[in-house]
Amino acid sequence: MNFRRLFLILTPYTWLLVFFLVPFAIVFKIALSDYAISIPPYTPQLDLSAGWEGVKSFFGELDFENFTFLASDALYYSAYLSSLKIAAIATLITLLVGYPVAYGMAQSSDEWRPTLMMLVILPFWTSFLIRVYAWIGILSNEGFLNQALMGIGLIDSPLTILNTNIAVYVGIVYTYLPFMVLPIYSALEKLDGSLIEAAEDLGCSRAQAFWLVTIPLSKPGIIAGCFLVFIPALGEFVIPSLLGGSSTLMIGKVLFEEFFSNRDWPVASAVAVVLLLILIIPIILFQRNEQKQREAGL
Amino acid sequence: MNRKFTWFNATSLTLGFVFLYLPMIILVIFSFNSSKLVTVWAGFSTKWYGELLQNDAFLNAAWVTLKVAVLSSTLATILGTLAAYVMVRAGRFRGRTLFSGMIYAPLVMPEVITGLAMLLLFIAIGLDRGVTTIVLAHTTFTMCYVSVVVSSRLVTFDQSLEEAALDLGCTPFDAFKSVTLPIIAPAVISGWLLAFTLSLDDLVIASFAAGPSSTTLPMKIFSSVRLGVSPEINALSTLMISIVTVGVITASLISKRSIAKQRADEQAAVRT
Repeated sequence: MNFRRLFLILTPYTWLLVFFLVPFAIVFKIALSDYAISIPPYTPQLDLSAGWEGVKSFFGELDFENFTFLASDALYYSAYLSSLKIAAIATLITLLVGYPVAYGMAQSSDEWRPTLMMLVILPFWTSFLIRVYAWIGILSNEGFLNQALMGIGLIDSPLTILNTNIAVYVGIVYTYLPFMVLPIYSALEKLDGSLIEAAEDLGCSRAQAFWLVTIPLSKPGIIAGCFLVFIPALGEFVIPSLLGGSSTLMIGKVLFEEFFSNRDWPVASAVAVVLLLILIIPIILFQRNEQKQREAGL
Repeated sequence: MNRKFTWFNATSLTLGFVFLYLPMIILVIFSFNSSKLVTVWAGFSTKWYGELLQNDAFLNAAWVTLKVAVLSSTLATILGTLAAYVMVRAGRFRGRTLFSGMIYAPLVMPEVITGLAMLLLFIAIGLDRGVTTIVLAHTTFTMCYVSVVVSSRLVTFDQSLEEAALDLGCTPFDAFKSVTLPIIAPAVISGWLLAFTLSLDDLVIASFAAGPSSTTLPMKIFSSVRLGVSPEINALSTLMISIVTVGVITASLISKRSIAKQRADEQAAVRT
């Protein structure tokens, strides 16, 4: 062990400890504290000047009150459930929209692929906020969609889409589509075409070959894409607050408002801790899928 | 995969890309609309760009955002490259699992949680909120993206090149500087670009980390968009979309050329 190596390891390590791990410890600690009208607005505060007694009384005052509050208040309970539901349905729609795009890309000719690839990645570099904002003008009552639908005489009066859950679904599918397309595309691209030919030679119809060969072989890509959409969608804040209405309950928005509007830091922290606990399961499943992929690749 | 042109594939690609691009195209077109109403076309005009350039609040916010993005992405690139090097090359050390966990966790962490955690830290250590705190927060979450990008390059390159340099009398630092760094440079640069864009784009973490005097552009856009659609925001969006488009296309051309050059070099090296 030499100094250089130690320095090399310690620089990023210390940074992450101080700015990533310690903040989470603080969130856990404040989640166990109580709301108070003071600066900062929670109690107890660790008083080191009182020595050991101070530390003891500090830990004595921490409790799980906020978590019981979250469990008893229907607002939080239904916000978690509705976030899970919205994220799950949106992920499914993104899969249904993204799979044909990825499939079409994988089947296109070699000279087209880099261009198509860039066209999928380009929106990812463009501001997320702007991409969500673009839909406000389309979905509002006087928006382009309603104008177009009324123009062709399909509807008589404008449909209310903006500020409903439908707009939230549209927003999630739109902004997260590249995350779904890219992993599925990379799975489909590696797929050995002779397998499909073999299936067709052995008497499968094209649809059967697709269902029995292509889909199972692209499963790792499908799983990766679904997690890449589901995980961030669950804690999404921008989309529900710009496209959703007052009845759209999503936990990211609840947390943001709890913190900034109600200034209830302990409850906001408890909301964050529970969200983290919910996310741990999909995150571990996602890591396993990636691990398996890596091992299969070797 | 079999290459077959089918109408099904052509249709799904067309529909997919229309869905991806139509909203942005509409946005760009209506930034040139002379009417204040964003959804009714009333003739071509560039007046919203003029008004945008006279809007001090937006210009200030843009300046803050740019400062934050340059500082944080540079710091993040240094730290992220170090972290990638440690992950790939440092072998086993105590706490390695925790280290890799801390690198991958921010990638999947909801922004609201990262933002909240950061803010509570800044308050706990009594740091005044402003540009510094946004830079610290952005550095932390973007360095993880940099380290993922750089480590994927580090994994694939031939380690014997480094060993050869060491055998030929280079100090480890020289070997890193003259062998490793040039090879991983494209990944470091794309890491920096990624960090830069993520920082430019971030609303949630910046809202938590910012103080009253340090509003970033996304925060400014968010607060005015909440009041509804406005042609000025369309103009601003158009400017940002064009910058990104030019940037991405240039970067992809450069990387295409450098990959071609690298291949040619490698082949030349094999031949001699």
